[in-house]
Amino acid sequence: MSDSTSRSESSAGAGFDEQDRAIVLATQSGLPLVSDPWAAVGAQVGMSAEDVRRRMQRMQESGIIRRIAAVPNHYRLGYVANGMTVWDIEDDKIDRLGREVARHPGVSHCYRRPRHLPEWPYNLFAMLHGRSREEVERQAQALAALLGSACRDHRILYSSRILKKTGLRLAVNSPGRT
Amino acid sequence: MSASTTKNDIAELDNIDRQVINRLQDGLPIVEAPFAVVAKELGIEEQVLLERLHGLRESGVLSRFGPMYHAERLGGGLTLAAMAIPEIYFNAVAEEVNAFAEVAHNYRREHRLNMWFVLATETPERIPEVIAAIEAATGYPVYNMPKQEEFHVRLHLPV
Repeated sequence: MSDSTSRSESSAGAGFDEQDRAIVLATQSGLPLVSDPWAAVGAQVGMSAEDVRRRMQRMQESGIIRRIAAVPNHYRLGYVANGMTVWDIEDDKIDRLGREVARHPGVSHCYRRPRHLPEWPYNLFAMLHGRSREEVERQAQALAALLGSACRDHRILYSSRILKKTGLRLAVNSPGRT
Repeated sequence: MSASTTKNDIAELDNIDRQVINRLQDGLPIVEAPFAVVAKELGIEEQVLLERLHGLRESGVLSRFGPMYHAERLGGGLTLAAMAIPEIYFNAVAEEVNAFAEVAHNYRREHRLNMWFVLATETPERIPEVIAAIEAATGYPVYNMPKQEEFHVRLHLPV
């Protein structure tokens, strides 16, 4: 499992340079809410609006930027039931079933993660969001039906309090260090 | 929105707020005058869109607005970790854990493993070091659950 975050994803890859890095650092806490955000970022990092826009487009194409988006506070939108569903899936079926679970509407994040036996037998995680626990439980039942006998056990862990939510603060490696 | 609004009260949103939230969870296009483009789609003025976004962010309905970076592709380390903390020490340990700058999100969940947090570090090698430091600071074991496969990441909460 030690290589789970490496493989082809371990560095920003060819073409990522100091200027891209400056843009990441300037925007990691948010994009300026002004008519020309690229110019506003450019003013911070000493680049033209066009250069910032072109670089951010390229970072999005290469997957460094997933997207530029509004991130809601679930609770404030009425999604008061946020269930982390965890499933104990037979190892040889998890790749296929993980993809099926991920396609299910209502699943926002879906990952395979390591078990910690005997304490923690679950190897598939899928986040569900609902306006009530009943809604989350209905979604979980649908997932259980989809998984069938390949799933030995599952649980729903509801979040009952946000203890911290600062978002990621990326330190961002210099190109030479990755 | 008034300053007295409790942080986690369900927000009162009008139709424009809803349209803005729904549309911008899908992503801002990286084009010239991007807010003008989205405002036109929604049939509102650009200035109205910017004011609404600003208000939604200030009032905490949006926890942020901006690029969502793929931490691992930037060479960073990222993992999910969990701890089982006895109830009477829970708040004190939460403070100790949250004091680590590498802890990005931390949620209380209802399970024996009752504290779940995301660690984001400058390099993958830092993850085990920070975990060891958290274990040393709190005296409780940390269960490291790094993703081994990502099947889907796509938060969209329609309002």
